[in-house]
Amino acid sequence: MSTRIDVRTDKAATRRFPRRYVVLAAIVLTLAAMSILEMITGAGDLTSSGTIAATMVATAPIMLAALGGLWSERAGIVNIGLEGMMILGTYGAGYFGYHYGAWAGVVGAIMMGMIGGLVHAVATVVFGIDHIISGVAINIIALGAVQYLASLTFVGLPGGGSTQSPKIPNVPSITIGPLRDALGTVEKQDLFVVSEAAALLRAMVTNLSSLVLIALLALVLSYVVLWRTSFGLRLRSCGESPAAAESLGIKVMRYKFVAVLISGGMAGLGGGFLAMVASSNYRDGQTGGRGYIGLAAMIFGNWRPSGLLAGSGLFGYTETLGLRQGGTSVHALLLALAVLALAAAVWQARQGLMRAAIISGSVAVAIGALYAAIDEVPGDFTRMTPYVITLLVLAFASQRLRMPAADGQIYRKGSAG
Amino acid sequence: MSQERLLRLGLAISAPLLALVAAFAITSLVLIAAGDPVGEVWSTILSVPASRNFANIVNNATVLYLSGIAVAVGFRMNLFNIGVDGQYRVAAFIAAVVAGEAWLPGHLNTVLAIAAAMLAGAMWAGIAGLLRATRGVSEVISTIMLNFIATGLVAYFLRKAAVRTPGSNTLATKEIPEGSRIPNISIGDGPGQDLYGFLVIAAVVGFAYWFLLNRTRFGFDLRATGQSGTAAVASGINVRRMTIAAMLISGAVAGLVGMPILFGSAYSYGSTFQSGLGFAGIAIALLGRNNPIGIAVGALLFAYLNEQSNPLQILVGVSPDIVAITQGTIVLTVVISYEVVRRFGIRLEQQAVARALTEPPPARPSSPNEEVSA
Repeated sequence: MSTRIDVRTDKAATRRFPRRYVVLAAIVLTLAAMSILEMITGAGDLTSSGTIAATMVATAPIMLAALGGLWSERAGIVNIGLEGMMILGTYGAGYFGYHYGAWAGVVGAIMMGMIGGLVHAVATVVFGIDHIISGVAINIIALGAVQYLASLTFVGLPGGGSTQSPKIPNVPSITIGPLRDALGTVEKQDLFVVSEAAALLRAMVTNLSSLVLIALLALVLSYVVLWRTSFGLRLRSCGESPAAAESLGIKVMRYKFVAVLISGGMAGLGGGFLAMVASSNYRDGQTGGRGYIGLAAMIFGNWRPSGLLAGSGLFGYTETLGLRQGGTSVHALLLALAVLALAAAVWQARQGLMRAAIISGSVAVAIGALYAAIDEVPGDFTRMTPYVITLLVLAFASQRLRMPAADGQIYRKGSAG
Repeated sequence: MSQERLLRLGLAISAPLLALVAAFAITSLVLIAAGDPVGEVWSTILSVPASRNFANIVNNATVLYLSGIAVAVGFRMNLFNIGVDGQYRVAAFIAAVVAGEAWLPGHLNTVLAIAAAMLAGAMWAGIAGLLRATRGVSEVISTIMLNFIATGLVAYFLRKAAVRTPGSNTLATKEIPEGSRIPNISIGDGPGQDLYGFLVIAAVVGFAYWFLLNRTRFGFDLRATGQSGTAAVASGINVRRMTIAAMLISGAVAGLVGMPILFGSAYSYGSTFQSGLGFAGIAIALLGRNNPIGIAVGALLFAYLNEQSNPLQILVGVSPDIVAITQGTIVLTVVISYEVVRRFGIRLEQQAVARALTEPPPARPSSPNEEVSA
């Protein structure tokens, strides 16, 4: 990252509106855009409360994985083993959930994830080996370990086998009846923006799993701890400049170790969520690469809690659309993408970046032509959407991202000299 | 000085040995904790393979070897090509289509298909290289995304290109005509005792890898860029071009990964084509320390563990997935033990220097070279 860009973002930060207005405006604008998009394309499922509820279920595990990434990378440890830690979490939820009840399953998922985190912490912090190598190894070990453990512990149980656990109890979910009905009527009215807002609220008071709430709580808590406490400041200083941190008397290794443990716990909880809420038992291959997606969501979100929420929301949303009559919905999103690219081209042209503007403009035209040419996006492509979006975002926005300065670097105790 | 050389050799050998022992010990601990028969598991795995199993091991190792070399090319430049998995599947699919169409006669068709595979693999990896060189996107993330995209794309086009064999549920491309297949090397009588003919090509790839990286200007530039980007820039190396070139070469080799299977046993690309070879390649490249001989040893070890663990379920009632724990642990312990042994070696050298000087110099904290993956 060049200093020029840092200076510019700092200037922008001082001129910015209060944060809560920005967030509120973003939500209203998004809803308005979706409303218009629905009207133009006739794709009715883009903002139904059903879609939103499913989106929340799809988003939560990705967000938890992203939070796991946030904790460890803010302390300077790259954690590509999130996928493996999630896998361990799915097994933990299956085993402890079946034997000791739903909440034991949640705790079991977190514990199993933390075991993965422990391995990563020992390898990267204590032995100081390359973070990515350790992460890859953990992914291999975790996959083999749960397959081995599943055939050891689930075979012979009712409904269980070497690739899945018996059905596990779910954590309680919350419904506020009267509010749900009232909002349901508003949603059906087809009012511009209002209906969309009603659908959003309705999804939040209908059959909302308490694990979704816990996931949101984890997000808020992570923000408060990392940015509003001295513990968090010290932890982040280990990711920015461990040598400086150590010279100020911070126990760098200890902070890194704790951060990676919490990271594993978050990812494990994400895995547990997949087993308990998104499904009703542990299954082989349940994570489907969501650990990697979480990592991408965190990078997308510029190593910030609010950003990673937006990133995982985007992935959760496209994943949901892919499952619910995905063809037409993703087709409608193509139009939105084309308009966005066009807007980017205009903005870039006004900034004087002609080459970038021409590229964005041709992308806009290409997507627009694609929208006009086909009626429905085939299933294989709707499933690819989150990954393509990640690549595009990284390709076009990576200059604006700033990762912790010492992220991924191996730090040995006493290097401060 | 021979004593010093002996010491260095001892250190070099002790690291992988230490890693193997540690990995086996950890696996044994897992088995004991789970209450499985440790002794029987090891005696099954460590028994001498029969001729048929031997052929399977070598064949599997050939495939893994190519995957390891593909990853190693990236490693030498500090690029982490996690996308070998996607690259080889895209390449194998395209090669299967090209070979199945048989536009050229006989082995010209084979050559064309293999060239197409290398090109496809290079292009797919090239996307990540281009993104890294021009937009600064980490190749770790972009290749992971490209793996998922490859899965979707191949599934879609497979459905378009597939021919349905009657009475079968699996989708597969058109079968490669017999004249275009690569003949197998038989090592015994009876079925299942053939080695892939592609073995020879894999050996050539290994030699080419060694020659390119250690005996050419390009290879020197590549390694220099991997070890120090700033030094490379200072000596006039175009780092962006090297990044793209390294990814293209890595992808081209990755394109070859599926070829032994395609031309030696499967003869078509279907939904059941062997997957997950790319991730094993990462482990094997790490195990072999990016050395062509070391990678061969690593590939043989992994193939050996895979093959020998197969009968575990039937013979001793233990899930063969236990060797995945062993394999993953080997990756960790290899890297850790090299690091530990390296530090031990440094300390020995420091002590030797201290002894050699009459007055030991003031204690200075060591600043070990941070390279691990190279």
